[in-house]
Amino acid sequence: MPRSTLFRQRLLTLFLIALLLLFSPLALRPESWEDWLGLPPLFLYLYGVWAGVIALAAWIAIRGRD
Amino acid sequence: MIPGALIIAVSFTYLGLLFAIAHWADRRADHGRSVIARPTIYALSLAVYCTAWTFYGSVGRAAENGIGFLPIYLGPTLIALLWGSLLLKMVRVGKAERITSIADFIASRYGKSQLLGGLVTVIAVVGVVPYIALQLKAIAWSFEILRHYPEVRMPEPTALPLWHDSAFIIALLLAAFTILFGTRQLDVSERHEGLVAAIAFESIVKLIAFLALGLFVTWGLLGLDGPELTDASRDPRLTERLAPLLAPSLSPVQDWFAISFLAALAVMLLPRQFQVAVVENSDERQIRRAIWLFPLYLFLINLFVIPIALAGLLTFPDGSVDADTFMLTLPIAFERPWLALLVFIGGLSAATGMVIVETIALSTMVSNDLVLPVLMRFWRRRQPPAELGRLLLAVRRAAIVLVLILGYLYYRLAGEAYALIGIGLISFVAVAQFAPAVIGGLYWRGGTRDGALAGLVAGFLVWVYTLLLPSFAKSGWLPPAFMESGPGGLDWLAPLALFGLTGWNEITHGLFWSLTANVGAFLLVSSWRAPNAIEAAQARLFVDALRYPRRASTALWRGRADIRELMTLAERFLGVARTRDAFVRYARSRDTDSPEALPADAETVGFAETLLSGAIGSASARLMVASVTQEEPLGLDEVLDILDEASQIRAYSHQLEQKSRALEAATAELRAANERLQELDRLKDDFMSSVTHELRTPLASIRAFSEILHDDPRIDLAQRRRFLGILVSETERLSRLVNQVLDLAKIESGHADWRNECLSLQEVIDQAVAVTGQLVKEREIQVRLDLPSEPALVWADRDRLVQVLENLIANAVKFAPPQTGCLEIGLVRLGTAWRVTVADNGPGIPEEALELIFEKFRQSLVGDAKPSGTGLGLPISRQIVEHLGGRIWAENRPEKGANLCFELPAHTPDTQD
Repeated sequence: MPRSTLFRQRLLTLFLIALLLLFSPLALRPESWEDWLGLPPLFLYLYGVWAGVIALAAWIAIRGRD
Repeated sequence: MIPGALIIAVSFTYLGLLFAIAHWADRRADHGRSVIARPTIYALSLAVYCTAWTFYGSVGRAAENGIGFLPIYLGPTLIALLWGSLLLKMVRVGKAERITSIADFIASRYGKSQLLGGLVTVIAVVGVVPYIALQLKAIAWSFEILRHYPEVRMPEPTALPLWHDSAFIIALLLAAFTILFGTRQLDVSERHEGLVAAIAFESIVKLIAFLALGLFVTWGLLGLDGPELTDASRDPRLTERLAPLLAPSLSPVQDWFAISFLAALAVMLLPRQFQVAVVENSDERQIRRAIWLFPLYLFLINLFVIPIALAGLLTFPDGSVDADTFMLTLPIAFERPWLALLVFIGGLSAATGMVIVETIALSTMVSNDLVLPVLMRFWRRRQPPAELGRLLLAVRRAAIVLVLILGYLYYRLAGEAYALIGIGLISFVAVAQFAPAVIGGLYWRGGTRDGALAGLVAGFLVWVYTLLLPSFAKSGWLPPAFMESGPGGLDWLAPLALFGLTGWNEITHGLFWSLTANVGAFLLVSSWRAPNAIEAAQARLFVDALRYPRRASTALWRGRADIRELMTLAERFLGVARTRDAFVRYARSRDTDSPEALPADAETVGFAETLLSGAIGSASARLMVASVTQEEPLGLDEVLDILDEASQIRAYSHQLEQKSRALEAATAELRAANERLQELDRLKDDFMSSVTHELRTPLASIRAFSEILHDDPRIDLAQRRRFLGILVSETERLSRLVNQVLDLAKIESGHADWRNECLSLQEVIDQAVAVTGQLVKEREIQVRLDLPSEPALVWADRDRLVQVLENLIANAVKFAPPQTGCLEIGLVRLGTAWRVTVADNGPGIPEEALELIFEKFRQSLVGDAKPSGTGLGLPISRQIVEHLGGRIWAENRPEKGANLCFELPAHTPDTQD
């Protein structure tokens, strides 16, 4: 099952990227950023990464189907 | 004003709608058009993760500490990325083994242990019942708040009699509903299609309700058409309260990490999550969509948490309104009755969905892993009732009622106490105790039943000590001093600062210590002994679930079974029709006409056990099947032999290696044979050229003398006679040569005639010497005979033996120098053989030619001239001697000359046949 292995491998890579962005010192950086339109940058960052991870996961899952 | 009757009517209509959906889905499933087979429905049903605790509580957590609600959803998002392996494994094993619950899963993994299943059930019930209480409270509170519309009023702690307490009535209603949903048919199989469809619908409702309020509030925050909100900047106290939302921080980082990790585990291990994700899964391909759709759902339902929390804090700046109720109190404060009602229904969806699924999961565990094992002990002494299926269903229904009553009692006792409010994450930590056994069991073969038991017990005890008891103390049920210091005043045993670990959030602290104890005990005790046969078998099934996709868990059974008894057993739990149906289908899959004709082998017994597992769990099914069959225990080695494909592969590769070595050897032999053949071919060519050469010499002289005689008639008589004599001798030589060639061919092909008789070698030697006398005399060679007096008897063909000796003598004569030549013929007895030696005083034979001279036309190359003779004498001699059971060889004498020797077995008259 090489295709499903590839699928799992891509998702694992995405998992590690998400881990890096959300649970490493990188996630602490936005606390010191400046507000954007009066919105706290940390929320924007976390929601942004979250949405990005979901979008990539969806892309991997749907694209790998063909 | 929203009349209570309207709220109740709407609630009942909603629940009725749910039931209709469930009924419709069940009907479709019966017609083979399953609605839950759609991957979207599966992903939505997973959203049962979002309970009332999410629906109302996220806003509360956000208002309190800003970012704190997010890890509960980020953790699941991340772990979902690994579902392609993790959840797929669980689903595949779940299907193969017909797993009914997480307790069943763990019990099955560690050798189908009833004890382990029971322990997991106890932990799950203790850990999750307070969580159910929280849902009851949410429904009761939301009802109370909505009833006072348009007034925003927090419900008073009630001291109502039981029958006026809405929470109690809700509990009973939900129990009835769950019984209808979960145990509607007398069919105790583990899947509930209608339930899943209803849960998916509930997920949509709660999402719509949340998004509707979120959009409404956000519109207001942005100053668009919506609620008018206070400007925060005017009030410094308000600014302070808003700080967690406007200037959020991840610190303390360990909490951020720990709660994400905890939620990632809980989303797979909570009994209800396991139920929808593994047990109710109808097709493993659904997981692929859930990997992104479920996180997307979590994302959407959390999108407006911060705006709503912000709006709540701005609207109720004095802190009189509980932040957990902002979802409901905001639409009430802004007088949007329909929006408030929609939010109420959303909250109701979230709570009922959780309660129904959790209760079904728990009741299955209680009936299969707690009650049934006890009943089975009881049945050992007394005959069990015939209709066990009905009994099991009654047990399951009773368990549903019991779980909900327990939930209600906890709610009633805990009331407003911390023990209820803070229970969400405490529950999560309780189910996180399953993680080492489940995830470890899916990737590590070494775990044993004892290890899993030890890990669960250790983790659970630490959980009770560091989280449950402190929550009781905070509720005032235990003296607060309990939290300050450990038992006996030992500070390092303080429940909230175990081993002096201070400064951590209690959840992080409790999670760390309970999982440490759990994993530690699991590893330590598992390392105590190697897994036994059944543990090893199950380990392989779980760990290698993805490697051998179509392999059933059979062939691991040996013993005697009776098909009819197996069917009777299954009938008692599943009913006659369903059992018959299942067995007929199975019989067809094995190309058998009827179930009765099935062979009572391991595969059939495995099928029956798996069939029963779907109803009563793997551990009980194993014991039940064991009660009607005679199983011979399999040793660990046998199980491993059967199972370990790797060892089979190793054996194959070993065989291949052996074959390849054999092939190499054969190739070498073939190469040698080929070389030998080429050599023989060359010898044949040489032989041909030698033969023709040998023939040409006499032919040439015959022709020359014949021509002289023919051409010259005047030759005198004496001359003529001489010429004719030459002609005769050359012709003789020719015919000798031809005879020898024919002779050799005959002997070699085995067609020669042998007239064997008992001979005396002395006679043979005398005869040969006499025949060769002329030759010896011509060359003036001395012949000495050295023969013993006793007759040397051998069993041989006289003429041929004479021929051998003639050849040897002729050969010796040829090489012995003329005049001074000396021939010695010796005969000695050596053990059971007679040895004849013909020795000459010639030049000897070169060392490398000692063997070659016995090959055809290999005349010794000694001397300058080519020796005379046919070159066939010695080869023929060797053929003859070997045919007579002896051996012949040549050797150089130490002084000068060569010995040609042969040995023949001595013949005694009684060895004659």
